[in-house]
Amino acid sequence: MADTPTRVRTLIHGTDALKRGVPAELRVTLAHPMENGLRHDGWGNVVPRNLATRFECRLDDALVIAADLYPAIATNPYLAFWVRADGPGTLHFEWWGDNGFHHRESRAVAPA
Amino acid sequence: MSRPPSPRQAGLRRRRVLGAAAAAGLGLRLQAVQAVSAVPSLAEIERQWARGRPVTEGRVTLEVPPLVENGNTVPVRVRVDCTMTGTDRVLELALFNEKNPQREVLQLAFGPACPRAQADARIRLATSQQLVALARLADGSQWSHHVDVVVTLAACIET
Repeated sequence: MADTPTRVRTLIHGTDALKRGVPAELRVTLAHPMENGLRHDGWGNVVPRNLATRFECRLDDALVIAADLYPAIATNPYLAFWVRADGPGTLHFEWWGDNGFHHRESRAVAPA
Repeated sequence: MSRPPSPRQAGLRRRRVLGAAAAAGLGLRLQAVQAVSAVPSLAEIERQWARGRPVTEGRVTLEVPPLVENGNTVPVRVRVDCTMTGTDRVLELALFNEKNPQREVLQLAFGPACPRAQADARIRLATSQQLVALARLADGSQWSHHVDVVVTLAACIET
């Protein structure tokens, strides 16, 4: 059980309903504890800092949005933002964080 | 797996640990105080962000509930009144707070594939305080929106 790497869980909504040339909202959530390094557990030890620090969304090579996340972002960081696709392409979602955290996902989009 | 100690036991243990650290000359409490005094005030960080250029209140809107039930997850929306074409586009949008352990909340950069300068997020607020959204546009103008928020249940910064 301890050997299997933990799968990174994300929720990405809005990529299916895109229409050609029409701005649409995407909503993404990353399952991540966002520990700010200030809390203590029941034994009085500090729960170490573990944050997701950056998110980027690109449509093919063009940047849609880049976000720098700080401890004030709530657990399971959620971001809603806007994109416009003028034709078929691929949306890339990428997160970086402490302890070498790095996760990347893609969604093919074929706007109607 | 043993049960974690009761809050009283945890408090006693924490006092012992802190006492031992102080005795060892580490002065954990002293380090914490130094860390807090090194964090800039909201006015200072706004000044740093502005890079010596004027910031006008307007054009950017920070939507946040005026009364927050749970400071652990506060929905916010930032948006800038601009067309996102030519020089009428937002280069960066920053969100700062007044009283959390750290001033920064979120910093956004919008790229060419973004048609609307608007984003939603969920943030943590340690106490009732002021928030500010700052926007830097491609035409060189800088805009702000200050909002006061009352927080009923504070986000946990230490137990």
